[in-house]
Amino acid sequence: MYLSRTEERMYDGEFGETIQKSMEILVALGDIYGAEGMVDISSAQISGVSYKTIGDAGLEYLEDLSSRGARVKVTSTLNPAGLDLERWREMGFSEEFAERQIRIVDAYSSMDVMNTCTCTPYLIGNVPLRGSHIAWSESSAVSYANSVLGARTNREGGPGALAAAICGKTPEYGYHLDENRAATLVVDVECELSGSDYGALGHITGKMVGEGVPYFRFISKPEPDDLKTLGAAMASSGAVALYHVEGLTPEYMDADASGADDHVSIDAGDIAGARESLSTSTDEPDLVCLGCPHCSLGEIRRIASFLRNNEPGVEFWVCTSAAIKSAADRMGYTETIEAAGGMLVSDTCMVVAPVEELGYGVLGVDSAKAANYIPGMCGLEAVYDDWMNLLSRP
Amino acid sequence: MYGDDFVEVKCRIISRGTGRGHVMISDEPISFLGGVDPETGRVSDPKHPLHGRSMKGRVLVIPGGRGSTVGSYVIFQMAKNETAPAAIICLNAEPIIATGAIMAGIPMVDRPEEDIMEVLHESMEVEVDAEKGIIRFS
Repeated sequence: MYLSRTEERMYDGEFGETIQKSMEILVALGDIYGAEGMVDISSAQISGVSYKTIGDAGLEYLEDLSSRGARVKVTSTLNPAGLDLERWREMGFSEEFAERQIRIVDAYSSMDVMNTCTCTPYLIGNVPLRGSHIAWSESSAVSYANSVLGARTNREGGPGALAAAICGKTPEYGYHLDENRAATLVVDVECELSGSDYGALGHITGKMVGEGVPYFRFISKPEPDDLKTLGAAMASSGAVALYHVEGLTPEYMDADASGADDHVSIDAGDIAGARESLSTSTDEPDLVCLGCPHCSLGEIRRIASFLRNNEPGVEFWVCTSAAIKSAADRMGYTETIEAAGGMLVSDTCMVVAPVEELGYGVLGVDSAKAANYIPGMCGLEAVYDDWMNLLSRP
Repeated sequence: MYGDDFVEVKCRIISRGTGRGHVMISDEPISFLGGVDPETGRVSDPKHPLHGRSMKGRVLVIPGGRGSTVGSYVIFQMAKNETAPAAIICLNAEPIIATGAIMAGIPMVDRPEEDIMEVLHESMEVEVDAEKGIIRFS
């Protein structure tokens, strides 16, 4: 691939070993995917944080990189960790897990990766502009950034996103290029949707379209929180990195829906079938986990106001970032949630935390992504429903 | 080392450096996460044809990788533990092994211009020159 003079010098080690290694990773990725050159990025979102997923191998690599003085060049935020960094003791996480998890987060922090520990960086200030190139590596955030914000990123792996952050560049291929952002499948949604219906729709669509670009026509008008849910579901049942919504998302007019290869219609029966298929159990959940992707302040507000008049008979977590939690603290939402027997959990979630070690068996979730991952990653059963129903069970 | 009659095959450079060793070859892709034990360098996936064998110091010849991106970190950990292969040759590199090889400083090439799955055999000695993009053997 073509490298500018400065990029050549980075590749040849003139700016030090960590930049050289990172540049080698980017060049190799660019060669593998047929990039013609590099493009400057304005931000990075870095996955590979939970000790549960990256283990000692990841910990060793990050501490090694940090000890060599690596630093990121652009605004870089961090994916969720394996535990709540403030309250892991009271939640029952082991000392051993916590010690290693904290070392991982510290290694990132020392490289100037902000330890936001959230999968929704776009809710707390990492908000790329339309048309800007970024290197993000959390599949649900990739989907949101590409589709709702109109920024441009591929589905990066954790080490690739970190290399891009260190160099301030990424190879220009895939969703960085106009020609790969056109619709490949038109999806007519023939029924009104609300709440977890969006996750169910995403679950169906992701399976159908794989790595394609769906173009939705809705009767109902989804809110940003609904799009967060929809995108996360499609990125987990398929590998969707970009979608368009007619009349709503910023690039729908450029998406060339009339040129899409396929066209499908989704009706209420399809949605109901998907909702059913996302549950692996009919047992009552012993823990309800909300916030996959991490809750917005608006979602927490709705949960808190529901809890003022309802007493759930089940333990529950509401997962979000530390930044949103501190706003929820100030609004009194945290107090309301915890008075109702719940926990406002920050930095982590039901997918990347070792919940299987905390003694739970059946998790209630309102996220299709969580329902997809919990059986495999945690070995637990999942019950899929709207959060209000999950918190209203006897 | 090879006298006058060694063979050179051109390849694409993925991770720079040079390495030499005896061939360990399979036409099955490998997942490093869960498929290889970084403590010993042995293939731990019971379904893999190389199951039980150690990659340490060998020239690993495989079509490519599969599985989780955490596999890249596992390759790095093998290098730290000195259980890593001396070099890697893939038919078509994919991001997990390519990234891991660079992180670990293991020379790696792909897209050899000859059908190496036919030409190379177990225990042949091969040199991988990932500075010039050439593999050499006699």
